[in-house]
Amino acid sequence: MWIAATLVFAALWLWGGEVLPWAFEVPRAWRPPFAAWISGVLDWLTKEAHFGLFTFRDLTRFISAVIDVPYQIALGLLSGGATVFGVPVPPVGWLGVTLLVALLGFVLSGLPLAALAGGAFFFIAIFGQWTSAMLTLASILVAVPLGVGGGLLLGIAGHRWTGFGRAIVPFLDLMQTIPIFAYLVPILILFGFGPTSAMIATLIYAMPPMTRITMLALQRVPDEIVDLGRMIGCTPRQMTWRVMVPSAQEALMVGVNQVIMLSLNMVIIASMIGAGGLGFDVLSALRRLDFGAGLEAGFAIVALAIALDRLSQAAARRRPAAPVSNEGIVGRHPFLLSALTVLILATLAGLAVPAVQTYPETGRLSTGTFWSEVVEYININYFDEIEAAKNAVLLNVLIPVKRFLISLPWLGVAGLLTLAGWRLGGPRLALLAGGLTVLVASTGLWEEAMTTVYLCGIAVLIAMLIGLPIGILVAERDRLWASVRVIIDTLQTLPAFVYLMPAVMLFRVGDFTAMIAIVAFALAPAIRYTVLGLRGVDPALIEAGKAMGCTPWQIVTRIRLRLAMPEILLGLNQTIMFALSMLVITALVGTRDLGQEVYIALTKADAGRGLVAGLCVAFIAIIADRLIHAAASRSRAQLGLSDGGGHDAA
Amino acid sequence: MTSKRISAITVALLAGTSALAQESADPIKLTLHDWTGQLITTQLMGEVLKAAGYNVEYVQADYLAQFAGLETGDLHVAMEIWETTGREAMDAATATGDVVNVGATGMQAKEEWWYPIYMKELCPGLPNWEALKDPACAEAFGTAETLPKGRYLGGPVTWGGFDEERVEALDLPFEVIHAGTDAALFAELESAIQRQAPILLWVYAPHWAPAKYEGEWVEFPEYTAECYTDPASGLNPDLAYDCGKPFGDIWKVAWSGVQEKWPGAYSAIDAFTVSNEDMGAMITEVDLNGKTVEQVVADWMAANEATWQGWIQ
Repeated sequence: MWIAATLVFAALWLWGGEVLPWAFEVPRAWRPPFAAWISGVLDWLTKEAHFGLFTFRDLTRFISAVIDVPYQIALGLLSGGATVFGVPVPPVGWLGVTLLVALLGFVLSGLPLAALAGGAFFFIAIFGQWTSAMLTLASILVAVPLGVGGGLLLGIAGHRWTGFGRAIVPFLDLMQTIPIFAYLVPILILFGFGPTSAMIATLIYAMPPMTRITMLALQRVPDEIVDLGRMIGCTPRQMTWRVMVPSAQEALMVGVNQVIMLSLNMVIIASMIGAGGLGFDVLSALRRLDFGAGLEAGFAIVALAIALDRLSQAAARRRPAAPVSNEGIVGRHPFLLSALTVLILATLAGLAVPAVQTYPETGRLSTGTFWSEVVEYININYFDEIEAAKNAVLLNVLIPVKRFLISLPWLGVAGLLTLAGWRLGGPRLALLAGGLTVLVASTGLWEEAMTTVYLCGIAVLIAMLIGLPIGILVAERDRLWASVRVIIDTLQTLPAFVYLMPAVMLFRVGDFTAMIAIVAFALAPAIRYTVLGLRGVDPALIEAGKAMGCTPWQIVTRIRLRLAMPEILLGLNQTIMFALSMLVITALVGTRDLGQEVYIALTKADAGRGLVAGLCVAFIAIIADRLIHAAASRSRAQLGLSDGGGHDAA
Repeated sequence: MTSKRISAITVALLAGTSALAQESADPIKLTLHDWTGQLITTQLMGEVLKAAGYNVEYVQADYLAQFAGLETGDLHVAMEIWETTGREAMDAATATGDVVNVGATGMQAKEEWWYPIYMKELCPGLPNWEALKDPACAEAFGTAETLPKGRYLGGPVTWGGFDEERVEALDLPFEVIHAGTDAALFAELESAIQRQAPILLWVYAPHWAPAKYEGEWVEFPEYTAECYTDPASGLNPDLAYDCGKPFGDIWKVAWSGVQEKWPGAYSAIDAFTVSNEDMGAMITEVDLNGKTVEQVVADWMAANEATWQGWIQ
């Protein structure tokens, strides 16, 4: 069957060009004017839609004003200068905030975490990033609870009403995969230009994992607990909030963590639409080609991410303590009170001693021009070698693959994908895979779409080739894994811009530089899920293998990798999602893919065109996701494992 | 000098307060983009407005995405819309009636293909554009990706510029690669200059690059409006864009409500002008001599009191 299909495909590819030109490029007349339709709807929504008394835009502007209140409070506390309803909010100062964070770390898991969290904030202060970091933190502190709360509620609703749950899944896919530039303009019109719009955009991108994890976690609540809840006569409301949510708490915290990470991912783009903060510092340092300053601001983002992530993980692991019997408010809430004391003392001290409020300029560190000089040194001395290596990859791998993919007829690709869908998951999947491919082709963006597939495809392949061996290597070694984790966390939160500009100097603008950025970003899930899978392999099976005389090589290839295959496939899926979400960034170093198309549309203020390109990205993601998911289920079934699939754990 | 400046500001404040009686105390929001010249222009305007007693706020915004904000009145003033790159978006915005063109800044934008002077050895015919048609010359500019064609590094797609069209219309053996961002564009230039390597790219002025590095602009057939709109005009009878890029004004634009809400500020913005030479010198101070934008703006204001005092009368 596959052989026959491949033969037909090859025949179409080789000889179809003259007979069936429309199979290679959808004729203009056949392309539905999607962009104009979407623009029309958006125009109506932003300019005319109303509910009688007020317009849709009034409503969104009201939401924006509501979100602005907590933001201004957070901003005032963290960095000062904000007023809420005309009342100025006094700043806590850098020392106070650092102590509070350290205290929180201590409460959640003791001294090491206190040192880590406090240290991260101290690092930010000592490198002179404090003001910007607090601006960023203020928007994160508002966006994360909203994302967690909204995601939780949607997830609960999706769990309670199965139909609703099924209906929102495609929207979650779209929210996560459509590049933000595609819907930036309507958001700016609806929510105003500034930090609130940036937060809304952050929410759209960072909330879906929370919803997915909530639905998955609630599903996994053991039946006995649910039955118990029924027996003691819980109302549906009690059932949800008193039984289901608490028992799913641990998984829910994974969602919280993802929301934090993804929110910090957005700071660069948020800074382009008026959010300021660390993202702005990174951008402005790099446009002066001041790599040192860019790196310092970038690592301040990483420090924030790691501090917040470790704190949230500690909160997830922390078991509710036994009720404290001490009487009195002091005995019951020792930490709350000490936190309040620190807060008040630091604020007051800050008013008296400026050094407590603003970290003194004389105590700041900076790497100065060191990094720029490093890049210059490499550039002058090693450029030819780098260029030769780059050209070898470019000419032998990248360009041939790109040419090959672009030359493929859309009709044939749609056919093959339909067949794959049918074999892996039956008629519905076949229809989905084929249908979406045809939709992409009918927008006339086939070439851009194939460039996207080529860029992301090769990057994913490289990421897996690097990630798998590293994963295998570190899965068994706890200490090594801990340091690898810090590296992949850094890769995930350090803005790509920071290493992209030096990369541009050494590798020039183009696909190769873009590839480096995508691989660096997509490496994290490739390693993470491989480790997850390998660590989950039943040790008894490995023992059995040893007893039967397997060599170490056989144990890895025949037992551990095979059993970990479902998780590795899930890792592959996530690697693809991450790669696709880097398209926005790669557009900034000049690739000609769908990300660039989105970017062009943004510059022409053509929301319809941008969304069409954005939807194409989403469709590619959905096709890849569904096919891999189906393959993972099949491999699970073949291995005799139950099909629980952590598929939704984005 | 400082005390002189402070006294000037005090005078301005005193003079300003009475005139401001009926004007709104809401902040006037000026947009900041990602190139130094624009930061200087904007902060110059902002500091002058502050000196006149207005409440001023700077907002970081994307060059083109900002029009959405200007139309709704979330943003108020954009100080640099280049004839060369922003005309389309500006016309679309002013057509809605919510955005107005407040006139020219006095600076002339120049944008064109640019090469470092050492490239003349490989391509002796330069700066005449016809030298680029020579295959040997194009090859000198080529890289593995583009050979046998030459490589021209264009600006980010958001800047427009019609370089693909120009290459096609003038039949140049070049491939247009887009840099994606301003930073990427000049990272490549810096890298090439460090190594004395071939490069042909989009450079604009006022900017520090043409001041810092020795080089020349390619001389294309002169731009005319018809050349862009009418295929029949120009060298190539079938295609438009068979000429160089337009050199033109840099415009100030504002939300249409500004004039009513802050009439005094509006006339100050209207009066604002600065010369290419002044701006070039200020950009050099910031990008090459490491001064901050604030410092450079303060120095200019101290040295040109009479000028900006005139704007806020």
